[in-house]
Order: sequence, then structure tokens, then C-alpha cells
Amino acid sequence: MMNQNGRPTRPEAANAAETVGTFTGNAALDIEEPLIFEVGTNEATGVDLPDPAPVTSRLGGHARKTAVNLPGLTEPETMRHYVRLSRQNYAIDLGLYPLGSCTMKHNPRLNEKMARVPGFADIHPLQPLATVPGAIELMAELSHWLMEMTGMAAVALSPKAGAHGELCGMMAIKAALKARGETRSKVLVPESAHGTNPATAALLGYSVVSIPARADGTVDVEAVRERLDEDVAAIMLTNPNTCGLFERDIVEMAEAVHAVGAYFYGDGANFNAIMGKVRPGDLGIDAMHINLHKTFSTPHGGGGPGAGPVVLSDKLAAYAPLPYLRMEAGGAVLVEHPSDTEAEAHPFGRMTAFHGQMGMYVRALSYMMSHGEDGLRQAAEDAVLSANYVKARLADVMTVAYPERPSMHEVLFKDDFLDGTGVSTLDFAKAMIDEGFHPMTMYFPLVVHGAMLVEPTESESRASLDLFIATLRDLAMAASNGQVERFKQAPQHAPRRRLDETRAARSPSLRWTPPEPRSIEPAEAAE
Amino acid sequence: MRYLPLTDTDRADMLAAIGVDAIDDLFVDIPADKRVDGALDLPPHRSELGVEQALKRMAMKNVSADSVPFFVGAGAYKHHVPATVDHLIQRSEFLTSYTPYQPEVSQGTLQVLFEFQTQVAELTGMEVANASMYDGSTATAEAVLMANRVTKRRKAVLAGGLHPHYRDVVRTVVDMADDKLVCLEADPLGTEDVIAAIDEETACVVVQTPSFYGHLIDLKPIAEAAHAKGALLVAVFTEVVALAAIEPPGAQGADIVVGEGQSIGNPLTFGGPYVGLFATRQKFLRQMPGRLCGETVDADGQRGFVLTLSTREQHIRRDKATSNICTNSGLCALAFSIHATLLGGAGLTKLAALNHAQAVMLVERLDTVRGVEVLNDTFFNEVTIRVDRNAEGVVDDLAGRGILAGVPVSRLLPKSGHDDLIVLAVTECVSDDDIETLATALSEVL
Amino acid sequence: MTKRFTEDHEWLDIQGDVATVGITTFAQSQLGDVVFVELPETGAQVAKGKEAAVVESVKAASEVYAPVSGEVVEVNTALPDAPDTVNSDPEGSGWFMKIRFSDEAEVASLMDEAAYKAFVDAL
Repeated sequence: MMNQNGRPTRPEAANAAETVGTFTGNAALDIEEPLIFEVGTNEATGVDLPDPAPVTSRLGGHARKTAVNLPGLTEPETMRHYVRLSRQNYAIDLGLYPLGSCTMKHNPRLNEKMARVPGFADIHPLQPLATVPGAIELMAELSHWLMEMTGMAAVALSPKAGAHGELCGMMAIKAALKARGETRSKVLVPESAHGTNPATAALLGYSVVSIPARADGTVDVEAVRERLDEDVAAIMLTNPNTCGLFERDIVEMAEAVHAVGAYFYGDGANFNAIMGKVRPGDLGIDAMHINLHKTFSTPHGGGGPGAGPVVLSDKLAAYAPLPYLRMEAGGAVLVEHPSDTEAEAHPFGRMTAFHGQMGMYVRALSYMMSHGEDGLRQAAEDAVLSANYVKARLADVMTVAYPERPSMHEVLFKDDFLDGTGVSTLDFAKAMIDEGFHPMTMYFPLVVHGAMLVEPTESESRASLDLFIATLRDLAMAASNGQVERFKQAPQHAPRRRLDETRAARSPSLRWTPPEPRSIEPAEAAE
Repeated sequence: MRYLPLTDTDRADMLAAIGVDAIDDLFVDIPADKRVDGALDLPPHRSELGVEQALKRMAMKNVSADSVPFFVGAGAYKHHVPATVDHLIQRSEFLTSYTPYQPEVSQGTLQVLFEFQTQVAELTGMEVANASMYDGSTATAEAVLMANRVTKRRKAVLAGGLHPHYRDVVRTVVDMADDKLVCLEADPLGTEDVIAAIDEETACVVVQTPSFYGHLIDLKPIAEAAHAKGALLVAVFTEVVALAAIEPPGAQGADIVVGEGQSIGNPLTFGGPYVGLFATRQKFLRQMPGRLCGETVDADGQRGFVLTLSTREQHIRRDKATSNICTNSGLCALAFSIHATLLGGAGLTKLAALNHAQAVMLVERLDTVRGVEVLNDTFFNEVTIRVDRNAEGVVDDLAGRGILAGVPVSRLLPKSGHDDLIVLAVTECVSDDDIETLATALSEVL
Repeated sequence: MTKRFTEDHEWLDIQGDVATVGITTFAQSQLGDVVFVELPETGAQVAKGKEAAVVESVKAASEVYAPVSGEVVEVNTALPDAPDTVNSDPEGSGWFMKIRFSDEAEVASLMDEAAYKAFVDAL
């Protein structure tokens, strides 16, 4: 999400610390924690296991010749290690997390509780289907919600995350073209797109044709028409787009795309803005992944797991990968093999070993049922309202990138308001850390200079939004008043100051290695 | 609605501050004739109690692994997860944080990733590991694509001992990229000759050990043969606990080691989310997919960690990226790392020995059951048996008796002629009584 | 000795039929700290406008396109181990490769120092 081209990646020399240090290096509740490799031992363990029965090994000649070299800790030590580390992270549960395009909304704990019910958490993907009817029922129910909310004919549940969903949707498109006897070579992608879009197209052997944005931040249907021909397989479009704007030419674009026999792939990363307001299927979209970890509140978990079910139009439904659910009179049936498919189905293959992210399905359905149809629409409206409120209250001190159109769930700023201040987008974001906020998405999308993409989500109270706004106003004023050091030295109150990313990349150290053993040669006699 | 903090008064005030009359004034860019008109065919909001009751009613219909003698494996394994693991991964700061792109306020996640990478590299016997993939099957597909990049060849050879669904996932990706694939016949006896399939066009040979059928495979001669033809060996595992009992693939010459990490720290959850492990040699680092965490220092000279070598990834390299992966399995990797720390080297070794011992006991008992033939000479905690009638029928019959007795091979390979084979896994969760119950029931249905 | 420049911010130092190629001071300043350089193999044939090398900073990756067609006769083997040379001495010891070019006209079509300066100033 956060392409940060051109930003400094090496911190400037820090000011000499003025504060008095502590003996331990700790600061009250902030406790430094070494690596497990520095405190654990191979012998220590936090798990009591019975002794194995004395048996004759059947490992043959394959038994491990060396000991497993992994540090262990007892249970209390383990608890402290990870609790101390956890305290070095920002989190939604701590405060506003305005990462644009990432939708950092509240993660209800009911979801977690439900995902841990043994009937969901403790069932195996390959136990007889007759022993898991409730799991199939849950998948069918989730499918119904997703299809109804998107107005689409089918859903492929199994993709493991958004990018995996993109791959799935684009594979369905490639398979549908192949079934028509066609091989097309190009995919159109707006320049504001997530990096996963061109990466996905390239994985499937397509060449990527970039579409520039028009002055108001959206894609002009004419720009699409100019690039469309019979060699275009699909367009991949995020709507609302990554500038936080609704692509209002979308219906005309879909018609133009379909007129040349191509397909319309919708990146559903920003579905949160429009759920219950408009259905992608009604706009002419043929395939769209839905990030359950964005829109439907399954936790981001420090980088996953996600889930990326793909809804498909009736044109693509037959190409959905295995396994899929077939709706029958007596309920849903899980179809796992090509030989079980009906004549009209032509699954293009399989995305993953099993049935997808069941744990995420439970969480997402728990969230959907809690909100209900009315609550989901209200959530979308509140998300859009909050973003526009932030925009309205900051428009006089920061530079709104595209002021002409109403924003959807996120608002994009550019760095014009920092011109001549000596403060960069990066500095501005790092100063937010000292104020107790997570930075917004920076330097993405690539279509404006020094981009700052703010997505407050529907989870913030009025008071929380007002404090955020007041803080950004104060920072913008400070920048224009020449308080450069407040930014250049930021963050000063985080667990770490700015990190030297240049050093990390020039000589990568990607794993712990034991310190060089000290020389055992006798020391020279002291002089 | 309990998740939405704004009140109607707030909403009215905010609309006024924005300068519009109604919320729909903010949705004007959506074509009016396309907007949802009226309610969708979905129920209204529900109380926490109501949702809990509805979902639990579904869950109650499923037979959970803990409630019966349980021998189902074939790529996902029922292990005990210490309570500490599940508590810690629910810490708000781990559960509700984003990918650690802002290292100053993400050191917790980053240090965990650095520790995780080291643990995975150590277990697999490799030099570097990434910060996780979706699961073992997608990691295998990524390994094949990576081998194509490294060797600049486009043909992969998949051994017949590879998990059939892993094979399908690889084939799906490879077909779509118009690369070549040679899939060897299913190998329930563990006797296939993989080496004969390697030629000068081969980018990699993909071999699973323990195999899908439970056999332990000697990777060394395969690695040597692959290297002699300029190909790479991709070693795959689905049961990571096995790596504490057998010679690690890295020590046997594997160039890329991938597999499923679910067994350590993660529940079965009907197939996901799991955690794909991916490790390789230092020299192939820049062709690796996925996120990498590296050590560095901050402006005060203190040690810290950052995501690094990002120029391989989609958010910078876009259509030239090594993979399109973005979100991975962060929280599952955390669970893996915590559980591995609780075990430690000695604990994991003992866990592996316990798994193996229970499996040996099962095999010895099954050897006495008429109508059952164990196909394995070597195994870790999983074996394939041949029964003298249709395997699905046997498994269904046993399920009817409250025993989940493994996976019929035909569940994954229908119409393959292997209708009489069952793959059974045994972990520390299987008791001596469970083994006796299974053996007795088998002798009754056969 | 003649120095030439491309619109992709590469410089060429022409001596006889061999051009020493690198990226310009402007290019390295846009990239930021260079952390990785990938060079072609000696003896490789390169075509004008096609990717010949890769240069990466922490947050950006950039292809270096062959400014002229020909054969790579030498590469700067010190560069991969000391990529920071591209920042510290981009138009000297931070050179990438030497190409024996096959088409004099390709060289003639490139910018001279004054033209390149005007080109950069206009950006």
C-alpha cells in the first residue's frame, strides 16, 4: 500500500539526548526486550510432554543427525517476551489508524470468540463432509451475504487474501477467454491502482497498459476507449479508487469494455465505502475480490491472515475454481473435483490446498450478522461522512488533492501545503506518531506529489475525529511556522527513532546469527 | 448499532460542517439509477447474543476433532496448542495492527518476524526464510515460479508423493503462466524414480518428505541429480513437526524449502488460515517472494527491525515484482513463533518423538488387523493403509461409529484407481485407547 | 573523449567504439541511497532501449536501459559490493558497464552535456 519513492531512508544524525538515561535502558512501562535467541536455551521449555513410549524407530536412515537448535523459554518467560514486544506496536485498539486503502476499522471480539468455537476451529478440511454440515452451512450463508451485497451470481470463497483474489478473478477471466478460443495479451490498469493489480496481470503473462487519471482524479471513459481493442483481456479498476473518489464513468466504461469482448475486474479493496449503497454487479463488474480483513472487520493481525473471496458475474461463474458450493434443494454441497462438476461448470483449477480461510469466514459473517443490512449501510455512510468531515475541517490548512468531487471513505492530500517549509510528507507523518496517531498512507497513490491518504473509517467517535483534526491542524501550522525540528527529529517518543533502512537493504541481516566466538588464544601478557 | 460511535446529532453536525444537506449528497457520483433502492434481501442487525446463538447452532452440527478418536491428516494436523499461544495472539497490539510499514511503532511485530524467519531457517536447515506465505500449497507454487526465475527455465517436475492438492495449486498457476509441468503418477508405495524425470530443461523438481503417503524420501541423490542438470530441488513438507525428527531438507541439498506451518501454533479451522513457510539459500535472496524483515539501527544507534528488500515486491516493482503477494499470514506466523518458543529445541524434539512413537504403535496394532495392509517401510506420524474394500465406505462407516479414521486417497484423487487407500495421521493428541478403538472398529467393518 | 546523455538519465563516455555507461548525478539524487546494482554479463549483447542493468534504492527500483546497441565488453565488478559508489561518484567510479557499440548513429542522436542540463532543468 505504501510506496514511498524518493523519501529519505536513512535517518539524519540525532540530537544528543538531553534526558538522563536509566541503568536498564528501560523507561518505566517501556521495557527493552532481547531476542529469544539471546535469552532462551535449547533445553528450556514451556510445554510439558509425556515421555514417548519405547518403540523401534521407523524413521529408517532419515533420522536427524543434529540437534534442533531453537531457543526455548518457560511459560512465564514466554508470556513476558511477547507481552513486552506487543507494547511496541500501534494498534486499532489503541487509537485512530488512518491508513488509507487499508480500512483499519474496529475488530469486534465476538468475531474472535465465534472463530474459536470448537465446531469451527477444531474441524479438519478433509474429515467426511457428513461430519461438517454446519461448516458448509456457514460458507453458504456467507456466500449469500456476499452475492446479495454485490449483486453477483457466484462467489469463489477460497482465495487467501486480496491479491490472491485478484489472481483468482483474473484466472477466471483468462479461462473464459480461452473457452472462447481467444488469447488476449493486454490488461488496462489505471496509474492510481494498487501495486497488486499490475503484479497480478504480469503473473498471468499479460502486458500492462497504464491509464492516466484526468485532472479530477478519476478515469475518463474516453481514456479507456482509446486503449481498448480486441487484444485487451480486461480492465482492472478500483472503485472507489485509491484517491478516494467514485469512478462516475464506470457504467460507460463497463459497456465499452464489454463491447470489445473484454471483462471488467473490480478491485474491492474499497468496498467499505459503498456497501448497501450500490452493487458492483449492477455497475457491470464481472469479477471482484472482497477483502474480508478490510470491509468485514477480520483483524489485520500485523500483516495477515486476510481472506479474498471473489464474486463473479454470470458470465464468469462457470469458471470458478475448486472447491465451490453448489446450491441444491437440501442445502449447499461442496464440489471438490472436476469429475463432480456439472456439465456447464469449467473450474479453472484450484487456488489453495483446502477450502480457504474458514476462520475468517466465521469472523466476517459474525460481523455481517451483527450489523445487518441496515447496519452495514450505516457503516458505509459513517465512513464516508467521517472522511468528508476530516476533509472539510482540514481543507484550509492542508492541500486536498481533488477538491472538486466529494470523497468517499478516504481523502487524499498532496504536499503543496508543505512547500518551502522544509518539512516532507514523511516528516509530517512521523510527527503524527509523537502525537499518538498512526500515520496515514504516504506516497500512495503515485498520482499526486507527496500523497497522504487518510481513511478514518466508521469506527471513530466525533471526539476522536475532532482530536485528530485538531492535531493535524496544529502540525500543519507548525510546519508553516518554521518549527522544522519538531518534524525532522520525529518520532522522539516512539519505541524507536527513525530506522536506517538503507543499512538494512545494503547488507541484509535477515536472521539472528550467533555472535562470533571470542578468541580462545591466551591474551598477550600485559605490558 | 454497537460498533458505530457516531450519534444522529453528530451526523447532523458533521453534514453541516461539510456543507451538505443529506448523506446522499456525498454519494452523488454513483449513477442515480444504479443505487440500491430499498433494502437488500438480508436480515437487519442483531444483538451479540443473537449472533452467538445463530453461529453456535451451525458449529454444533460439526464433529470437532477433540470429541472423537481422530486420525485425519493429509496436510493439516490436529496438535495441541498451549493456552499461552492463543492468549498472546489476541493481544490488541498484535491482533489489531497493520503490516509493519511504520517501523517506529511496529517493533513488536517486526522483532517477532525476525525471530520467526530465524526459526524457520533453522528448522528447514536453510540460510534465509521469509515472513510467511498464505499456506504450504501456495508457497509451493511460489517456489516453482521462483525456480523458473532463478534457472531461466520453465519446466517443473512434480513428484508423485506431492500432496495432490498442492499439485493442483501448482498446476493452476503454471498453466496460467503458460509454463510447463510434468506431474509424476501418484506414488502410494514410495518407490518412484524422480531422478529419471529430470532433464536439461528442468527448472526444478518438487519432492515432498514425508510424502503425502507418509514415506520418508532421501533427498540427497535427487538434489545431486537436479544440480547436475542445472535444476533446483524444491523440498516440500506438510507436517512441520517432522523436521525435528528427520534430517532437514537444507542439509540434504534442497535449494528451496517450502511447507505448511499449521501444526505449530495453529488450529485446524477447516483448512485456514494457515501459515506457509518459505526458505532458501542466501544466493537466491533477491528472487524470493514475500516480505522480509531485517535488522538495522535507529537514529540513536539502537537495534531495530524494518521490512527490507521491498524492491522485489508488488507495491514498488508492480508488474516486475517477484510475486503479487501483499497480505500474508502474520498472525499465524506469530502463533507459530510463540509455540516454537514454548517448545524450544528440546521440547520440539520430544514432541516429534512422541508423534512418531504413537504412529509406530498404531502401525504395530494395524499389522494385526485382518484386511489391513500398511504400505510404509518408513514414516514419521502418517501412513497409508490398503483395506480390502472401498476406502470411502470404510471411513464413512467408522465416522458413523464416532471415529474419524483418516482420509481416503480417493477424496483427493477420485477415479485414480486408488479406491482402497486411506492416509492416517497420528499426533500427540491420539491416545493408546484411540488406537485400540480404531483397530477394533476396523476389524469389525473389514 | 566525448560525453553523451540520454533522457533516461544515463551518461556515456565515448572512447573510440566503446562507451562507458553509468547513471547521472541527477538520477542518483532522485533514487536516493542506492542499495543494489545488477549488471549484465560480460559478452552479453544489448539492444538500445532494452533493459541492461538494474539499480535499486530502498524504495525504488529502476531499470538501466542500454543507451546504444552492442556488446558488453566490461562491467564494474566492484559495484555490486559497493553500491553506494553510485551515490558518491556516479559519473566516475560508479560506472556500470562498457559497451562496444555497433551503430555510430545511435551515439550521434544522444544529448551533449549542455542539452542534458537544459533537459534536467526543464523537468
